[in-house]
Amino acid sequence: MNTIEREVDVLVIGGGTAGPMAAVKAKQADPSLKVLLLEKAHVKRSGAISMGMDGLNNAVVPGFATPEQYVREITAANDGIVNQKTILAYAQHSYPMIEELDRWGVKFEKDQTGDYAMRKVHHLGTYVLPMPEGHDIKKVLYRQLKKHRVEITNRLVATRLIVGADGRIAGTFAFDCRSGDFHVVRAKAVVLACGAAGRLGLPASGYLFGTYENPTNAGDGYSMAYHAGAELSGIECFQINPLIKDYNGPACAYVTGPFGGYTTNSRGERFIECDYWSGQMMQEFHNELSGGNGPVFLKLDHLAEETISAIETILHTNERPSRGRFHAGRGTDYRERMVEMHISEIGLCSGHSASGVWVDETAATTVPGLFSAGDMACVPHNYMLGAFVYGRFAGESAARHAQVHDHAVVDAAQVDTERTRVWAPLLRQAGLPPAQVEYKLRRMVNDYLQPPKVTRKMQLGLERFEAIHDDLNRLHAANPHELMRAMEVHAIRDCAEMAARASLYRTESRWGLYHARVDYPERNDAEWRVHVQLHKNTAGRMACFKRPLEPYVIDMDQHEQAAYQKLRIKSA
Amino acid sequence: MTFPTFALAQQRTSVPVRIDDEKCIADKGCTVCVDVCPLDVLAIDLTRGKAYMAFDECWYCMPCEKDCPTGAVQVDIPYLLR
Ligand code: SF4
Ligand code: SF4
Repeated sequence: MNTIEREVDVLVIGGGTAGPMAAVKAKQADPSLKVLLLEKAHVKRSGAISMGMDGLNNAVVPGFATPEQYVREITAANDGIVNQKTILAYAQHSYPMIEELDRWGVKFEKDQTGDYAMRKVHHLGTYVLPMPEGHDIKKVLYRQLKKHRVEITNRLVATRLIVGADGRIAGTFAFDCRSGDFHVVRAKAVVLACGAAGRLGLPASGYLFGTYENPTNAGDGYSMAYHAGAELSGIECFQINPLIKDYNGPACAYVTGPFGGYTTNSRGERFIECDYWSGQMMQEFHNELSGGNGPVFLKLDHLAEETISAIETILHTNERPSRGRFHAGRGTDYRERMVEMHISEIGLCSGHSASGVWVDETAATTVPGLFSAGDMACVPHNYMLGAFVYGRFAGESAARHAQVHDHAVVDAAQVDTERTRVWAPLLRQAGLPPAQVEYKLRRMVNDYLQPPKVTRKMQLGLERFEAIHDDLNRLHAANPHELMRAMEVHAIRDCAEMAARASLYRTESRWGLYHARVDYPERNDAEWRVHVQLHKNTAGRMACFKRPLEPYVIDMDQHEQAAYQKLRIKSA
Repeated sequence: MTFPTFALAQQRTSVPVRIDDEKCIADKGCTVCVDVCPLDVLAIDLTRGKAYMAFDECWYCMPCEKDCPTGAVQVDIPYLLR
């Protein structure tokens, strides 16, 4: 196994959604820059949208919504804990991004007059734009990468960021998951776009890779940002989704909603007013399941044949094309049977909730030269379009940074230490198989962290995660592929500890089920209208602290602030 | 520091991805399914010149099946989920 060193100006880690956009935008900002896109899988089919996406969840289109309205909606949906400036920056650049994607060849649904065919799913405003042919989106991105001459390396797994002697970012360490070669990539600026921590909780099926998120996104980005000294935020605001039971894909009540589909309890009654995913909605879902009214179903069997076939075309060809196969295997036909739903295991993902690396409205993290975008960057409810917009910000910011900074000085011992750590599982003669350690770790995450959150259980969970920390020194990899799984276990363990510590720190309940604390059942605005930040402190320990909210830039009225707290249908 | 070693057992698993050897043209140099898989769980058996699933770590996401030029790949839902 070799060590391979290279130097670039801008390094983008993660070739899914935000990453390719960042790389293209960095090149557009300054074509003379050497821009490298480093991908763990293959850029053609990687990330959360590997097979496409069936729509935009948060399109701010003139005539349907204003940026100010959108900021109010997300402020309410995230129970007030937002840096409004970051959401406003997204909202203002949302429409120009749609137009740009449209020019690049992404097909959005339009009406007879050629206007975007917007649908209402959120509680207050209208933000959903279907993409019935959204399966092409990765191809469109790939064409742009080629056109802008972005360099690409596939199958490189980043393990730790390199931090310079002056605290500036200096690049990344990585290894090749096929050859085991160790890579040192030096850069003047780095964009982290590694997706969600999607392999945190264990799906009820017990299948490690049966996750909602693309399991390649194991939380590597969260772990790397943490070890580089970046602040993370809102980690206690877990991602929990209402999914098809066992299949672990979205039931997509909000795709079917505009067609007349909805979520019901076992009596076929609606119990929530709004299918937009929020912690409050998940709390109602949980109440229905635990209160004896479950299971919960997606109901479509009352719809007309042509409506159902339209739904099938969207749901079975885009984001999760194997969905039809799953239903066929269980004999579920939307025309005759409701689809059984369930609550997912926990994950961390700002695209859906709010956990991520702290970024400002230019996608800058708290580490100089490090930018972040997409599911792992803390801009609540940012979804795919937010990943594109923040990918753009991150690419442009990284290009600006690289124009005025040189490579940071790196002490050589850092390289040796990381290479030793990464190669250790391959060089050990025997030890623990990564899959076994991962299974146990994630089962403990379910046992101790799945909401409702109980203080004593989370403390016990922390003890277990500490114990598994020792097991990391015994991981054994039989080949470079297993080495990838072994290093992912490191990242998953870091994320589990973050999830426990941040949850213990916020001694109140907020965001419905995402942070429902049995010992502190009430929301406490007097003490907790703040961000909970998590970082590695000067003693090298994981620590939490409060960061005050930035003053709102958009006024909120009382009615709107409370809108997401009243999701239960009155009669149910 | 030395750690105790562990005996390892082999456990069998039924993998969700099947390759039709008749159709697979890996022997002619094709590696499409191996290239596109986000989990990197497919490989080419060099002795037979055919693709196969080397690791049971599948997201049933289907790029391997969609992108295969000869229609040789069939993705099933992993048994534990079915
Ligand atoms: S893509 Fe199809 S033909 Fe090519 S190696 Fe894979 S199975 Fe064989
Ligand atoms: S379905 Fe997805 S994860 Fe499974 S082998 Fe095919 S490409 Fe890989």
